[in-house]
Amino acid sequence: MTNVQDGLHYTEEHEWVKIDGDTATVGISDHAQELLTDIVFVELPNVGDAVEQGKPACVVESVKSVSDVYAPIGGEISEVNAELESAPELVNNDAFGAGWIFKLSGVSADELGTLMDAAAYREFIANESH
Amino acid sequence: MTTGIPNDDSVASKAMLKTTSLCEAHKKLGARMVDFGGWEMPVLYTNQVEEHHAVREAAGLFDVSHMGEIEVKGPDAESLLQKVVTKDVEPMEDGQVILAVLCQEDGGILDDLTVYKFNTEHYLLVVNAGTAQGDYEWIQKHGEGMDAEVVNTSEDVTKIDIQGPNAQGILQELTETNLDEIQRYYFAEIQVDGIDMIVSRSGYTGEDGFELYLPNQHAEQVWDALLEKGGPKGLVPCGLGSRDTLRTECGMMLYGHDIDCEHTPIEAVYGWTVSWEKDFIGKEALREQKEEGLKRKLVGFEMIDRGIAREHYPILINGEIVGEVTSGTPSPSLKTNIGMGYIRYDFRKSGTEIDIDIRGRPTRAKIVKLPFYTPAYKR
Repeated sequence: MTNVQDGLHYTEEHEWVKIDGDTATVGISDHAQELLTDIVFVELPNVGDAVEQGKPACVVESVKSVSDVYAPIGGEISEVNAELESAPELVNNDAFGAGWIFKLSGVSADELGTLMDAAAYREFIANESH
Repeated sequence: MTTGIPNDDSVASKAMLKTTSLCEAHKKLGARMVDFGGWEMPVLYTNQVEEHHAVREAAGLFDVSHMGEIEVKGPDAESLLQKVVTKDVEPMEDGQVILAVLCQEDGGILDDLTVYKFNTEHYLLVVNAGTAQGDYEWIQKHGEGMDAEVVNTSEDVTKIDIQGPNAQGILQELTETNLDEIQRYYFAEIQVDGIDMIVSRSGYTGEDGFELYLPNQHAEQVWDALLEKGGPKGLVPCGLGSRDTLRTECGMMLYGHDIDCEHTPIEAVYGWTVSWEKDFIGKEALREQKEEGLKRKLVGFEMIDRGIAREHYPILINGEIVGEVTSGTPSPSLKTNIGMGYIRYDFRKSGTEIDIDIRGRPTRAKIVKLPFYTPAYKR
């Protein structure tokens, strides 16, 4: 059963973002990892790079496919999950936890307005799969 | 995130897709269906990598009914085949299967196919899905004035592949024919689960296994019977995703990716299908190409640095583009990242280090001998 975690903000491209003051943690949703199946490679962004909301920030690859991960909000990459270099399957196993991909600093809460909360995202993926 | 799987989950467009007789069976099994060249086909059922390993270690069942079948019959059947395919069919025994190539006049590959010989007046050609109609028209055109009938039976035939070390044991439970009597690259007309069909010992996975050709109306019965008998022997339904990683590991080329009408059999790894001592369409062009010297060659490579090569990524040497990737994937069996691509002929040698331009990042790889994975079957 697809898990959608409360308290996070979601994009229509299936990224999640968790806000903590002026920093944010970003990953892809459990639904996204189900669509991708076996994640075999995560091309992490560079710490210090600036990213814009809605623009590609990094890449996740399954056996079959290459997928861009879009920045759910703008900011500066402050940290990346280096564990994914040797264990990309963490995204499959724990999309909302150990499978986080990068952190952003200098984020603005103003940009959250365009994102979905958990309830809206549940509805979004239910409609998408019909 | 956007998935790079073409048309993945594009439910709206599925209404226009062609389906096989097993489409409902796939959906019942929970398959993820995708648009594969205009066909609604299962890409995976549960997990692509697990399906891959099932074929290497036990057995896998594939619906590949989208592929085409063309029959050539009549007194001139052999002459017509000699004219259109690269490989000499004259030495073929009745009941034998060979791999061959259909070339244009300029040597470009129209299709790669298997030729099944019933006798000198009856052959079955098994061709790729996207090229079936074009192949049929091509062969028919070149058979004008000859006493040979060319029939496209693609729509009537279900093709099921059972592949893997346990394939024979499973299939044997459903037939009275001793399957030991069907040698590799031979076929027989036998009954499986009471249904008359053509069964060859062949496949596209690098494992022992069989390809079954049967009338559409019996597709579900045979599919279900195989899964039922095979379940205890580790048989699982497999999608086209695992079929692709299995064939890539064996260095088997895929039409529309590794080979097409822009490339010739000798640029690809199909030189061995060319019989120089007989005449066929495209032979002169191939001879000229050979005499002038090849400009590029299809090679296999293995990634040294972290990264996965994908189709169309440039191949670089010292920053200069010298080729292009045609297939690339992680290899579940070898636990490395592998690929194939055309490279400038002077750089083709095994051991040569190359860079794959992965989204702007040159990533080190080296050319290796094909196949990556040594087929497990006995010749």
